[in-house]
Amino acid sequence: MAGTAKRQLAAGRAKSQRGTEESPLVKWLLIGLALLFCLVFLLLPLVNVFAQAFSKGWATYLDALQHPDSWAAIKLTLLVATISVPLNVLFGLAAAWCIAKFEFRGKSLLITLIDLPFSVSPVVAGLMFVVLFGAQGFLGPWLLEHNIKIIFAVPGIVLVTIFITFPFVARELIPVMQAAGTDQEQAALTLGANGWQTFWHVTLPSVKWGLIYGVILCNARAMGEYGAVSVVSGHVIGMTNTMPLHVEQLYQNANTAGAFAVASLLAMLALVTLAIKTFLEWKQHREFELAQQATRAESGDTLFLTRQKSE
Amino acid sequence: MAEKKFNVLPGFGLTMGFTLFYLSAIVLIPIGCLVIRALGISWGEFWNLATTDRALAAYKLTFGASFIAAIANAVFGTLLAWVLVRYEFPGRRFIDAMVDFPFALPTAVAGLTLANMFAANGWLGKHLVPLGIQGAFSPLGVVIALTFVGMPFVVRTLQPVLENFEREVEEASATLGAGRLRTFVSVIAPALLPPVITGFALAFARAIGEYGSVVFISGNLPYKTEIAPYLIWMRLEEFDYSGAIALAVVLLMISFVLLGVINVIERWASKFAN
Repeated sequence: MAGTAKRQLAAGRAKSQRGTEESPLVKWLLIGLALLFCLVFLLLPLVNVFAQAFSKGWATYLDALQHPDSWAAIKLTLLVATISVPLNVLFGLAAAWCIAKFEFRGKSLLITLIDLPFSVSPVVAGLMFVVLFGAQGFLGPWLLEHNIKIIFAVPGIVLVTIFITFPFVARELIPVMQAAGTDQEQAALTLGANGWQTFWHVTLPSVKWGLIYGVILCNARAMGEYGAVSVVSGHVIGMTNTMPLHVEQLYQNANTAGAFAVASLLAMLALVTLAIKTFLEWKQHREFELAQQATRAESGDTLFLTRQKSE
Repeated sequence: MAEKKFNVLPGFGLTMGFTLFYLSAIVLIPIGCLVIRALGISWGEFWNLATTDRALAAYKLTFGASFIAAIANAVFGTLLAWVLVRYEFPGRRFIDAMVDFPFALPTAVAGLTLANMFAANGWLGKHLVPLGIQGAFSPLGVVIALTFVGMPFVVRTLQPVLENFEREVEEASATLGAGRLRTFVSVIAPALLPPVITGFALAFARAIGEYGSVVFISGNLPYKTEIAPYLIWMRLEEFDYSGAIALAVVLLMISFVLLGVINVIERWASKFAN
């Protein structure tokens, strides 16, 4: 019974939409064009990375990855991400807390400033830190005197990576925390929890998906950053070469298969990032639908309202 | 906020203090230092450094290629968003997820694989180069890389608008006797224009500063395929700090102007949507 009703409903809907749909020819022509564009600009570049990486066989692939210089690059990239991502998470949580839970003057200015690194070219970002810490920079002479190396060394790479990935966690967390409101936290405080307990047991669980979302995007960019790191690293093989820089170095030395082998690891990172991102979006969507169903079940009025909206 | 609310939540001082400290240390002070350094260059010299023939050629390529790439993204992004929202076809969900691939892929890898594909012996270059289409080591290569990098912007700004678009309006148009094309041009297109322009501006702004993907595919020939960010990098390699700083400040100013323009466009677009 329910099946027939559903089918009738679907048939009715199809009929009512006849005036608002393209002819099948136009529709499939558009789909074909879109797929062709995706093939050239999404699928082929991805498949090409792996095809080139394995073009000289498994042995060459593994050799390229096991080379000490590649290992050093992989380790440095992991190190840079392990320092810069947690710092930006800490900042993201602090910024989201004060922006989402409190009212103050200049809030929109603060949000704009947090987004600023997104609109700075990576090369310009790198240059800024050279101007600040380089030999001819503002702090250069002082650093030289105290024998501290920042530019052409690991601290410089970490600093520019922090700059480049600065907004990721904060901009994902701010809207999520704003949407969550402050009722839950106020209830927890009234019931006797202290500030930290409230944060750990109430706030953090309510924003955890948004936080993970921000972290994976931040991490992908931190591991993949090329332009800014290239300016401050000095390209010392085995010392200050991150994976993207190593890819370039191998490519310049006409070791195409090696370059693609290291690149394939970064491509896999991108795929894993996309997979987690898609999963989180699906989860969020599902939770939203479940919440809607719950409110629908709660009262007849809301049922009527949501139905009107969805139609 | 007109009304002053009493807020019992703790930690405002701590989080605000840390936010401002971190923001200053990582973002504001470095940007400020660059600007202060630039102010130390006399105006005449700054002008000379920022407008050498080579710099002008680099700006021209950067803006031209970014503009063409953003236009390509506006056209194909609109098509892609439309197809993803309106039609059901095999692989739709997969492609929907893959649209963000250019955001997730490190730019160096993007440049590497695109350069390889469009080179004379690459998968696409094999067929295109005999036809006279040089995709790698040419200005066209710059456009290709920038199109790849900016691809998700238009799709992702347009998708939610299309999803919320009221079908009734189209039905009304059809009932009143308009053909499908007429309905699209005079009913649907005006509603889609603001998000498309927003996406276009975002893709354009991103393309102006892009470095990693372009340097692999363009060949970086002075006056021919050299983009402005690469010229900055070149000046630094030559230890010509003033030259690098002058170009960087020009690029920084352009980015900030674009940021302002995008903010205005977004406000206009959201007003339009309501």
